[in-house]
Amino acid sequence: MAQQPNRLRPFFENISYEREDNELVVNFGPQHPSAHGQLRLMLHLQQEQIVKAHPDIGYLHRGMEKMAENMIYNEFMPTTDRMDYIASSSNNYGFALAVEKLIGLEVPRRAKVIRMMILEINRLMSHLFWLATTALDIGAMTIFLYAFREREYLMDIMEGYCGARLTHAAIRIGGVPLDIQPDFLEQLRTFLGKLPQNIKDYEDLLDENRIWRMRMEGVGYISKEMALSWGCTGPMLRASGVAWDIRKEEPYELYDEVEFRVPWSDKGDNFARYRIYMEEMRESAKILYQCIDMYEKCVRDGETELMAHAPKYISAPKLDIMTQNYSLMQHFVLVTQGMRPPVGEVYVPTESPKGELGYYINSQGGPYPYRLKLRAPSFWHTGILTDLLPGHYIPDVVSIIGTTNIVFGEVDR
Amino acid sequence: MRAYKPKDDVQKKPYYTDRFWVAPQVPKYDVETDEVFAKDLAALKEKFEILEAYIQVEQMVVYINPEDNFEVIKFFKEELSYDQLSELSAIDWLAKRGEFEIFYQLLSMNKRKRVRVKMYIKEDQAIESVEKLFRSADWSEREMYDMFGVKVNNHPFMKRILMPYDWQGFPLRKSYPLQGDEFAQWYEVDKIYGKEARDIIGPELRDTARIDRYDSERFARLGHEVPRGAEVKDDDPINPQEYQEEGGVFLIKKLKKESSVVIDDPQR
Repeated sequence: MAQQPNRLRPFFENISYEREDNELVVNFGPQHPSAHGQLRLMLHLQQEQIVKAHPDIGYLHRGMEKMAENMIYNEFMPTTDRMDYIASSSNNYGFALAVEKLIGLEVPRRAKVIRMMILEINRLMSHLFWLATTALDIGAMTIFLYAFREREYLMDIMEGYCGARLTHAAIRIGGVPLDIQPDFLEQLRTFLGKLPQNIKDYEDLLDENRIWRMRMEGVGYISKEMALSWGCTGPMLRASGVAWDIRKEEPYELYDEVEFRVPWSDKGDNFARYRIYMEEMRESAKILYQCIDMYEKCVRDGETELMAHAPKYISAPKLDIMTQNYSLMQHFVLVTQGMRPPVGEVYVPTESPKGELGYYINSQGGPYPYRLKLRAPSFWHTGILTDLLPGHYIPDVVSIIGTTNIVFGEVDR
Repeated sequence: MRAYKPKDDVQKKPYYTDRFWVAPQVPKYDVETDEVFAKDLAALKEKFEILEAYIQVEQMVVYINPEDNFEVIKFFKEELSYDQLSELSAIDWLAKRGEFEIFYQLLSMNKRKRVRVKMYIKEDQAIESVEKLFRSADWSEREMYDMFGVKVNNHPFMKRILMPYDWQGFPLRKSYPLQGDEFAQWYEVDKIYGKEARDIIGPELRDTARIDRYDSERFARLGHEVPRGAEVKDDDPINPQEYQEEGGVFLIKKLKKESSVVIDDPQR
């Protein structure tokens, strides 16, 4: 029954009340603090229970794939920051790796170690942010303050490295632009020294918290089949009984040299996902300790290269550009015209904090990619809400959206 | 005469390409070089027509007939244990060969292998939805339709996903300009105020660095304003902002001039 705004019945533009079957349609968002971005959820309710959910996305659509087709490869790098802006370096890295695979570049070892450190710092930042916001949505304000405090240290470390706190653009095609700053390792060690106690503090506050467990346990159950079918990756998949981590299974960089576990669970509910995020933070810390040792070994071995040597694709170091004519010419061509990767296509998956972040690049030998498809994990983690939400109650929506860890820069691209 | 610009591909073009430049190729390897892929391909060849198959950057690429797409993906899922459809999208080749290229990116977790299944379809040719096999195709196919206008049969909810429902045109086609076509540029104005308001409201300002010097509504140009709509000349005076202290602070009412001292030298 369509509503007519009149004096006797109030008119709510976002609620349509169907008297016949007692079904209420509520628009959750697009502006809603716990939607973590511009998510519009059309929820069909029977009393408090959801019978049908229809996520509507696209409010942050910027057409990044179209932009990529009109940009040279290096130009696109800062744009990737704006996908998953909570862990922006992992987007930079995925793109850089895809182009490197397309060209067939081998990155110097020291750059690889620095990249791994940056990636794991980003993973920690993302997980801390996830913990903070999800706990805040559930009502645990204290966790929010603690987790943001720790994230702030990491952002300071990143700021020291690349000058930016959120959109880093800290990785280049072919390596990294800079060596780490002198006090980087010291700061990182100090942070990692405190982190286990911090994680334990969070767990003390949450693990046995009655409210937290009631909101999390048994809520938002995703079966293994459903997770696989919906293309879930990352913690979403690992919480549903598939121990699949791309760092472990299809290792890139030096992940095959470091030792870490892949936490997984077969519970499939919100609480399992929460536990996996906490365990992954511990594993990231473990990887970071090993990276510090690897970096110090690189320094001892005198490995100073930070960018791959490939004059056709990568500019020479700054010193060469300023002193050698040929390097300067090369640099000029690469900046004005851009590199021209070989004809071919590549799909490169990486394990971003949210899941499988894949870049499909189709190059026709020109300076602009002919087609670039961004495979962002959050896209499907939002899609799964269609099947996941029915049967749940309204308050569960908030905790389920929380644990799916969706970021709308990535969903809409 | 202006240079001819093709309408079917309005993407940015490199402004200079060497006459003798030949693009190198990403190497393609024979499928026989990889045991697992060779076995998969042999099983596939028994049931379906394979147009081309090779390995590129560690992943197998298989070209099939577009009519077989559902059956092939089903075969991959059920017989060859490829358990995830990571990605699905199209590539626009309309300008060059009048076709779309569709690709399905599949992942097998126990084999640790990735396969890309590809096919060419004509512009108005529809493909079969694989949503019944992989739920992830639900949103991917919607996105593909939204961006390219590729039609998908038997999809449960074939609506645009990223663009608004009433959008016209398909943004990722090569014939779609980066800045948007006329519909895109006037979308909000047409929808909210109607077409006749275009002249009143004017086009959207897309240059974010543009500063309108004489716009009195901009805080950044204090001291240079003229009234809105006033004619602007080059020799307009700068109107510095005046502070009331310059004419004396009028709130002091009982000031006795004869007993007060005027300080001429601030360094006193």
